[in-house]
Amino acid sequence: MSQATLQIVKISGHAGPVPGAGVERAEQVCKLVDTTTCIGCKACEVACLEWNGYTFTDTVFDNSYQTMPETAWNYWNLIKFNEHEREDGSVTLLMRKDQCMHCADPGCLAACPADGAIVQYSNGIVDFQQAHCIGCGYCVSGCPFNIPKFNSATKKMFKCTLCSDRVNEGLEPACIKSCPTGCLHFGTKDDMKDLAETRAKQLRENYGIEKAGVYDPPGVGGTGVIYVLHDVTNPEAYGGLPKDPHIPWVVRFWKGPAKWIGNLAMLFGVVGVTMHYLRFGPKQAEDGKNGNGGQP
Amino acid sequence: MSTSQIISSAHAGQKDGGRILRYTLSERVHHWLGAVTYIYCLITGLAFWSPYMFWLADLVGGGPTARFWHPWFGLAFTLSVVWMYKMWRRDLATTDDDRRWWKAINYYIQNDDEKLPPVGRFNFGQKIFFWLMFFGVILLLISGVGLWFVEAIPWSLRWLRYLAVTVHVVAALATIGAFIIHIYMSVFMEPESFQAMIHGLVPSAWARTYHRLWYEQVTGKLPPPK
Repeated sequence: MSQATLQIVKISGHAGPVPGAGVERAEQVCKLVDTTTCIGCKACEVACLEWNGYTFTDTVFDNSYQTMPETAWNYWNLIKFNEHEREDGSVTLLMRKDQCMHCADPGCLAACPADGAIVQYSNGIVDFQQAHCIGCGYCVSGCPFNIPKFNSATKKMFKCTLCSDRVNEGLEPACIKSCPTGCLHFGTKDDMKDLAETRAKQLRENYGIEKAGVYDPPGVGGTGVIYVLHDVTNPEAYGGLPKDPHIPWVVRFWKGPAKWIGNLAMLFGVVGVTMHYLRFGPKQAEDGKNGNGGQP
Repeated sequence: MSTSQIISSAHAGQKDGGRILRYTLSERVHHWLGAVTYIYCLITGLAFWSPYMFWLADLVGGGPTARFWHPWFGLAFTLSVVWMYKMWRRDLATTDDDRRWWKAINYYIQNDDEKLPPVGRFNFGQKIFFWLMFFGVILLLISGVGLWFVEAIPWSLRWLRYLAVTVHVVAALATIGAFIIHIYMSVFMEPESFQAMIHGLVPSAWARTYHRLWYEQVTGKLPPPK
């Protein structure tokens, strides 16, 4: 959790301007995950636990090498293992490091009602501030990647921080540090984008993997974690990576027009009854008036 | 049927020096249970609704506390509404007089009540208010459980999460509209009915003017309803 509030560009549930709204920073940070060179060793899972101070939790076996079905509040980094049948009938194992994508347009932040519980720094990192979190779970509905998770003991939400504490000190995230094959890279968004495109081109031209490409979904404004995929036309095969993720339109409507329609309707109601009172005043039952035994 | 028999049924009514018992103690207790729990849900719900009203959560102990208690108070409110349904459902049936009353509602709005058809224990507006709250709270409860345990809804059924948000918002706004009118009518337009919900009694003249059928039933001038 950074103390540098002036570098915060977006704040959840915030009335009024954001302190660092005008802050410009040339470099957005980015993780590049090259799924074509991942060997599924899970060193990044362990490094994530180590750095963030979590002990290893029980694994959940589901007929694969995967540690558990999805990320947990205290397990932010998970390699998703997917058996995939190629067009020629042969089988391959697709492995993808799943974690918070650090969207440029974060759905969790849009959905959050608590002032300052979710922030976006000027370097692009989206961070949960548990001190301000009320544990409502709206971020769960806002996220298109199924990432925020609830700790039922503390009633707070948790997810990958992109090691904002390390990055703040000029270090790379723990997962990157631990990767033995070099399939994980960390740097500026521009550099990572270049590297990813170069690698995808290499895969297409030198290895004949024609559909190789870079996953940086524009629906959420691009992400702070990008992937090189063997088949960029079918990201769903990589443990349900959405093809065209965007903030759910219900959340957009709920946090946008619905707010103003609802507020205006409530205001209209209060003003309406006030005007009625001023025009007609209270009802006054007069003794004897119409008390003639029930004749209409 | 004698007056005492009427009191023993769900229908209140008893002469007391020009005043008539309108709400029994049990009716008043359940009404106020509903009022307190609804207002709590309203305050905390508005806090979650808009950043400009998030400060309301501080009135009741802060955001996390509000988030913890909002569903429980909602549950208590549901129970109070169910109980009110049990107490009042016979008084809430729509009658032919109600239909005529609805057509003549402009007289009610303009305080020309003498031009309205005679009204029973509750007028049609009160009945609409009850049913709106009744069906509103059913929707709020069902969608609220989805919001309460949002992570229990699996990712593959996430459309249910979005549906829960939508239903909860729409139902809540509908009840707020009804609530504004309810407060206005009972506290400002007819202060006697606010007093009745506290002491249980209304002046005979008030009953005669606004709930003539009920007045005549409880005073024995007309046979009580079935």
